[in-house]
Amino acid sequence: MSATLMDYTKEVPVVEGTPTAASLDEAISKPLYTFPKRNWFIGLAISGSMLLFGIITVTWLLWKGVGIWGINQPVEWGFDVVNFVFWVGIGHAGTLISAILFLLRQKWRTGIARFAEAMTLFAVLCAVQFVLFHTGRPWLAIVYLFPYVTQHGVWVNFISPLEWDVFAVNTYFTVSAVFWYVGLIPDLATLRDRATTKMRKTVFTILSLGWRFSNRHWQHYERAYLIMAGFATPLVLSVHTIVSFDFAVSVIPGWHSTIFPPYFVAGAIFSGFAMVQNVLIVTRKAFNFEYLITMDTIEKMNKIMLLTGSMVGFAYLTESFIAWYSGNPFEQFTFLNYALGPYGWSAAVLISCNVLLPQLFWFKKVRTSLLASFILAIFVNVGMWFERFIIIVVSLHRDYLPSSWRMFIPTVWDFGMLIGSFGLFFTLVLLFVKFLPSISMSEIKSVIPGAQPSHHGNGAHHG
Amino acid sequence: MANSLYSIVATFESPDTIIKAAKAVRDAGYKKFDVHTPFPVHGMDKAMSLPETKLGFVTLAAAILGAVGMISFASWVAAVDYPLVIGGKPYWSWPAFVPVTYEIAVLASVVLTVVIMIVFFFKFPNISHPLHDTPYMKKVSSDKFGVSIQAQDELFNEKKVRELLQSLGGNVDAVYYSDEFINFKPQLFEPKFLLLLAGIAMASSAGGYLLWNKILFLPPYDWMMEQQKVKPQMVSNFYSDKFAMRQPVEGTVARGYIPYPYKDKPDDAGKYLVNPLLPTKQVLELGKKKFLTFCSPCHGNFGQGDSRLRGQFPNPPSLHSDKVRGWPDGNIYHVITNGQNVMPSYQYQVSREERWAIILYIRTLQRALNAKESDLQ
Repeated sequence: MSATLMDYTKEVPVVEGTPTAASLDEAISKPLYTFPKRNWFIGLAISGSMLLFGIITVTWLLWKGVGIWGINQPVEWGFDVVNFVFWVGIGHAGTLISAILFLLRQKWRTGIARFAEAMTLFAVLCAVQFVLFHTGRPWLAIVYLFPYVTQHGVWVNFISPLEWDVFAVNTYFTVSAVFWYVGLIPDLATLRDRATTKMRKTVFTILSLGWRFSNRHWQHYERAYLIMAGFATPLVLSVHTIVSFDFAVSVIPGWHSTIFPPYFVAGAIFSGFAMVQNVLIVTRKAFNFEYLITMDTIEKMNKIMLLTGSMVGFAYLTESFIAWYSGNPFEQFTFLNYALGPYGWSAAVLISCNVLLPQLFWFKKVRTSLLASFILAIFVNVGMWFERFIIIVVSLHRDYLPSSWRMFIPTVWDFGMLIGSFGLFFTLVLLFVKFLPSISMSEIKSVIPGAQPSHHGNGAHHG
Repeated sequence: MANSLYSIVATFESPDTIIKAAKAVRDAGYKKFDVHTPFPVHGMDKAMSLPETKLGFVTLAAAILGAVGMISFASWVAAVDYPLVIGGKPYWSWPAFVPVTYEIAVLASVVLTVVIMIVFFFKFPNISHPLHDTPYMKKVSSDKFGVSIQAQDELFNEKKVRELLQSLGGNVDAVYYSDEFINFKPQLFEPKFLLLLAGIAMASSAGGYLLWNKILFLPPYDWMMEQQKVKPQMVSNFYSDKFAMRQPVEGTVARGYIPYPYKDKPDDAGKYLVNPLLPTKQVLELGKKKFLTFCSPCHGNFGQGDSRLRGQFPNPPSLHSDKVRGWPDGNIYHVITNGQNVMPSYQYQVSREERWAIILYIRTLQRALNAKESDLQ
């Protein structure tokens, strides 16, 4: 089929050039069959060392208790909850790309959806460990986090936002994992048929469940994918909404605010896209996927970051205005303390990284520059981490009673958990790109030129 | 493999030709045929005349199941089995159950849809289908589009099928299977396997029960039982007198303490103290309960001084004497509070309100046992 068939879409092509389906299979499954480059091992060594630091921290934490962190009254929530909210936020990009952009028929998502979904899973794993370890005795967590029947006859409290959070994050992780696995099944079957060693053949045969590419199956499969996307879309919005309830339902100045749910969701998408952008640019370069993950995709991601970044900036303005307009002296003090208090430098970092620097994306030259996209995405991640730091630590450290004011000084173990979570995340990402197809083969094959019938009249319920 | 024919297959190069081929096979009247494509091809369902998928009903049922189940469970926990007042809200604060209900509805619908699709719609996991591991499957899993017409079809005639597929421009091949292979059925319900499943279920639930209900309460996991804090009656090496329990600081007043200024002055008590309670039914019932508990062992159930103690303790005089009947309430209050002769003080056992209620009950007894003629009418 010739490339002229693409004219009917009047869209920018999803992939560059005219690759054939067979060459796509070859290119995407290549990392699985070739010995990794030296850079991969260097990356694994670095992330593995960070993970090791995290493992040592957690071991010491389980032995000694959460007292090794810098938390104390009145800052009872420190890096643990900051990192939890940060990682859950990052996890939002994957489902947004795979579900919301799927429903909106954004075909450019094809190249990055699989990748972003995997990052969602890894980010939520990183987030969950913080909640688990900050309970103090995580081996008992199942008893008091889940409605589990014990000899005490005590049930969890369904009125608490923290309990809603347990349900939201667990549902989100499970649904993301199911979504990801269902998307993988056809690719696993392709890998099964390409397998050259017995070991690979066995593993992929079991994992692909016996998928036969039958259209009688594709019919249900496509419907299931649509249903899951439909459910995942409100789910992804509900998860960070419920995370924001952890704060908004309380009466702490700086937390007790009705704007929190949309503000948190916008921030989550913002930071999630930044993280996807960072990892994407590296992977694209490392595996020569430039023609699959095109510059057009990266530019569109930058545009979403510009949009959500401006939404977050607007939320900051609204919050500050309402703090002044409310006439509540505690609220007003908290917002003055954000900017002028002892942690004022963090507000400066926040405003410059989250509000000012992303405005550079208005320039097409910046949007289409790999280096600029990469650096700005890092800044966005730093800024979003500081946003959670300000909301949690800076709000708490000066509460209603000046006699209980206290500075929060993180210890080496606070940083150990943070660095360890990055180590866990990047180790999982590196293993993922080596052992599984990081781009959905069956999906990208369906959007290359000539992949669909030319008489495009009867595909009423396609996806 | 020496063997029976499973199906005649043909591969095509483009999506246009496979749509055409599917329509032709359908129009030829074949029922047991299938199309295999590396990705879903638009318009194929129509070309194959497949009915609309019923998967959406599964999702609807699962969502309703999840939502109703969760909100009922949360309501039962919070309002019936473990009611707690939280933030002054009612036990059944149903708006607070909406987030968890929503999450479980999403969880149930997604997980059940996928599981039911895989198990009942696809009949998976199934890794022993005749098409597996054939050159045909390896082609359609990569970039070719294939049609397969099964030998079991009523209209099946190998020559005719080959001709039809060839005329459509396909690359025709045949797929065989060995009878032994296709007749192999894993014995899912053989006793050994079921026993294994039951064993795993029992071991995991017993393990979970032991871990969370027993082991975590045994040493060394019970270190919270031994805490470095002082408890009553313990020895303390910190204080010079070795007592862990301390006396309150001089001049300390207990919460709710009201001083009693008429100690040793029963007449003043009778003069200045006034019963704050009215003889309502509620007050009299309280007074009766407390009288029967604290007073009746010595004074008798009707206050006649007929002790139940069989001489182990001296019998008190009757409460129906003219003296007691003539006392103001304050005098009786004084006796209960401070004791009299061998009667000890009851101020720590009987609260102030209860003392006044007892007095009203005693007045009722006195009137009942010394009723006037006018009372009887």
